[in-house]
Amino acid sequence: MGFKNILILVGLSLLVVVTQQVTQWTDTTFYLTQLTMAAYYSIVIIGLCLVMGYAGQISLGHAGFFGIGGYVSAALTTHNFAQYPDNPVIMSLQKVGLLVAGQDLYGGDLLTFGPWTAFLAAIGLTVLIAFAIGIPVLKLKGHYLAMATLGFGTIIYRIALASAFFGEADGISGVPGFPLFSGLEISGSFSARVANYYIAWGILLIGLILLLNLIRSRVGRALRAIHASEEAAEAMGVNAARYKLYTFVISAVFAAVAGIFLTHYNGGIGPSEAGIMKSVRYVALVAIGGMASVWGTLTLGTLLNFMSLRGMFGSYDDAFFGLILIVIMLFAPNGIFRLHLWQRLRAPFGKSSPGSTEDES
Amino acid sequence: MALLDIQLLSKSFGGLQAVGEVSFSVPQGAIKAVIGPNGAGKTTLFNLITGNLRSDSGKVLFQERPIQNMPSHKIAALGLSRTFQNIKMFHGMTALENVMVGRHTMSRAGFWGGMLNLPWARREEKEIRAKSLELLERLGIEKLADNDAASLAFGQQRAVELARALASEPTVLLLDEPAAGLNIYETAELARLICTIRDMGITIVLVEHDMSLVMDISDDIVVLSFGQKIAEGTPTEIQGNKEVIQVYLGDDSDA
Repeated sequence: MGFKNILILVGLSLLVVVTQQVTQWTDTTFYLTQLTMAAYYSIVIIGLCLVMGYAGQISLGHAGFFGIGGYVSAALTTHNFAQYPDNPVIMSLQKVGLLVAGQDLYGGDLLTFGPWTAFLAAIGLTVLIAFAIGIPVLKLKGHYLAMATLGFGTIIYRIALASAFFGEADGISGVPGFPLFSGLEISGSFSARVANYYIAWGILLIGLILLLNLIRSRVGRALRAIHASEEAAEAMGVNAARYKLYTFVISAVFAAVAGIFLTHYNGGIGPSEAGIMKSVRYVALVAIGGMASVWGTLTLGTLLNFMSLRGMFGSYDDAFFGLILIVIMLFAPNGIFRLHLWQRLRAPFGKSSPGSTEDES
Repeated sequence: MALLDIQLLSKSFGGLQAVGEVSFSVPQGAIKAVIGPNGAGKTTLFNLITGNLRSDSGKVLFQERPIQNMPSHKIAALGLSRTFQNIKMFHGMTALENVMVGRHTMSRAGFWGGMLNLPWARREEKEIRAKSLELLERLGIEKLADNDAASLAFGQQRAVELARALASEPTVLLLDEPAAGLNIYETAELARLICTIRDMGITIVLVEHDMSLVMDISDDIVVLSFGQKIAEGTPTEIQGNKEVIQVYLGDDSDA
């Protein structure tokens, strides 16, 4: 993945550790909660970065995929299937061990899906829906594609809001923790706060490594070629439609994974997580990071999401991200890291080097 | 049997027949040129062969296999590689990376191989890079490898584009007005390059405006006018053809 990227990854890992240590010394470990949540949101954003920056597509429906992941996993791990004791499907699922019996707070019988089963079901459904939406919709370009994906996002939002199975306006709460391995569990309990901070950033790092590898591979090169000239890429034998579709599906899976894990971390999910404003926020963060810059997107995405989660924008939270989108489109359509602010500031004071230091990944 | 056989190929846009029942064949190892005045249907014919346009009727046979109306990425994978009149470099990528995209059909690492950076995918990537560099060397432009392709001079871009088209190790190379935008020195250099490529065993079909280039290098010429084939023959035959002269220079009796 290139020496430079490996250096940055090592640096990022160190920063993650140092941040945790600092919160320990300064007795501010409560920050770790928002940093954990910001890491999960960043998984959505880097996935969307692949779609927008490299395949040259846009999606205003990624909160929908986040919502599918979170809601399916939440519903399957909380819905009590003991209500249908005679249903043959439920019985056979129980027989193969996919359903787990337990007891609720009042000692009643509880029959739910195990978290890993729910995880696989949520990912499977996301892949199916991403293909079903992607095949017709990715034939569109530019703002037509934006509108079509917006329509998809609206549908998912309304389903979450209207369906009793998904808890209507209240969403789903009481979602259990997600056991990973050897006692590690994704959950919001205070004792597991530090561990969960590392789990979230670990998952984000794995996602980053996969993406950076892909970008530097034959497929990444083909995607950049499609972005530059689809006709010429096709003439080189690149199946542009298929590559765009797979990229879309991969980024949908990234969003769903983030949705699943964050839901288990928070212990619940509400309809606003699948809402349009979330999709707009993801697009704004990719845009401000510079579209085709995984690092720029990651840095600003994590920072702004953290600030938003700390409530720094108050009731104007969504308005702030709307404003970002306007300002970026007007003044820095290539993202703020391509403005070369440092060189501009230095320019009046001496010789400035015209050579830019753009990062291409 | 010809390597590439075009049979009664037709294409209309609305009421205008851009290409009307054109037939010709290209034998293995030849340089075949398609010429004609502006608007004669040369580029349309070209796009019908490469799959960028769907034909209304007729056939294109490549190695006796019908390829008309196949998507262009499949045609490319069969071994027909093309260039563009306006070059279509991949902007934001280096000259070398442009050529590496040309190796696409000769390699196979997909999304899994790429994301997991599997050992065989890494090996393949090294091979793609080596082969692409070798090609740049063969065309004498290896010094340009790390330059942003879009920043190169037009003639250099043309050379990089040729390397990119050759990277797929094609059986047939289709050149769409390769001399467009080149000065006479660059055109002469291009003629030399095209002959080198032919000597590598690659069959060449070119659509061209520049008469001197066509007459110098072609084995055989097809002349189009208003979408119809009006002549076919060797450069000498074409130069002596009355109808061709009339189409190109105009007819005094009309004026």
